[in-house]
Amino acid sequence: MKLRLNGDVRSVAAATLAALVEELGMKADRVAVELNREIVPRARWEATALRDGDELEIVHFVGGG
Amino acid sequence: MADAVHPMKLRERYSRQVLFAPIGEAGQTKLTTARAAVVGCGATGSALASLLARAGVGTLRIIDRDYVEPSNLQRQVLFDEQDAAESLPKAIAAARKIAAFNSEIVVEPHVADLTPANVAQLLGETDLVLDATDNFETRYLINDHCIEQSRPWIYAAAVGSYGVTMNILPGETACLACIFPAPPRGVVETCDTAGILNSAVNLVASIEATEALKFLVGARDKLRRTLLSFDVWTNEHSEISLGRPRADCQTCGARDFVHLAGDARPQITLCGRDSVQIHERSRPVDFAAMKVRLAPHGEVRHNDFVLKFLRAPYELTLFADGRAIIKGTTDTAVARSLYARFIGS
Repeated sequence: MKLRLNGDVRSVAAATLAALVEELGMKADRVAVELNREIVPRARWEATALRDGDELEIVHFVGGG
Repeated sequence: MADAVHPMKLRERYSRQVLFAPIGEAGQTKLTTARAAVVGCGATGSALASLLARAGVGTLRIIDRDYVEPSNLQRQVLFDEQDAAESLPKAIAAARKIAAFNSEIVVEPHVADLTPANVAQLLGETDLVLDATDNFETRYLINDHCIEQSRPWIYAAAVGSYGVTMNILPGETACLACIFPAPPRGVVETCDTAGILNSAVNLVASIEATEALKFLVGARDKLRRTLLSFDVWTNEHSEISLGRPRADCQTCGARDFVHLAGDARPQITLCGRDSVQIHERSRPVDFAAMKVRLAPHGEVRHNDFVLKFLRAPYELTLFADGRAIIKGTTDTAVARSLYARFIGS
């Protein structure tokens, strides 16, 4: 399946948002995810299926300064 | 004299900013009565305080718990080698630097750790709170305070080559906890473990300063309403629309301010710094008397703001209110015991 992730096209195996975050090697409590211009709360990632052509924006939660 | 030159202020010092039409003389005049708090004065806070002071924000309250070290100089643009040699508290060093380039604004330095006990006082009577801290705990404390008080604030952070920022307008936009319900658990990357590019952190501070100016001159319609991130090394960037406050948010929906209600965090590990901060209680310390007491046990030196006690492998930095940063351990029990033994229990 091909997704657009932060503007770039990527091929992924994950079928859900939760699986995608894991496939990308990210930790769930350190990223915010927008799917097709809607923020998806963490609690709904498991139940959120991905479709070919979905557009995702992922922002990391960092703490330095 | 200051009054006599007042008309010159707009024409000379701020002339290029006044020429920028969205600010103009009206915006510049609004800035003179604006009050902003900068929480943390490391790399983000240095750049932010410098930009806002030069821009003419009338009152800047600068809150920082730390002192200047040589490893800060790569990115913390307000400080110099002399500040590091003297271990000057960052808030004090920042106020001195700002006074040298803009003596017409008011800077209120506070050498303090922002805690549930002092947050209302330290952030009170400000129009805007600007996050420039280096940790998640303080950000959730700021979020709780600002949502409770309907005080706008701006989150900004950086690590490595990555920067991220968002504006929080209570009642209008999502808050920090709407997007990230809780601080990350476990080990997190910090500037001390993953390093930091000075350009990444100065860019995030510049964006934050610009959003602050928009807010303070009343250009609310121009405020960015997204969570914005960029990586200056890989050129990747991403942006998420914040949307409205979430009804199911514990902080702005349920108004359950768990971080405001928290303990005063008597001792905390300064992550990645090989340091522990001890804040047993607030009590004034007489540095001269303390120097006499500590001299038989190690090397001691002090200035008006901090006392340094070196006893290998530890280095204890004591502030005037009794707070201490103990370097050389991340074990809070070891730090507490050193504090009790040498400073007092």
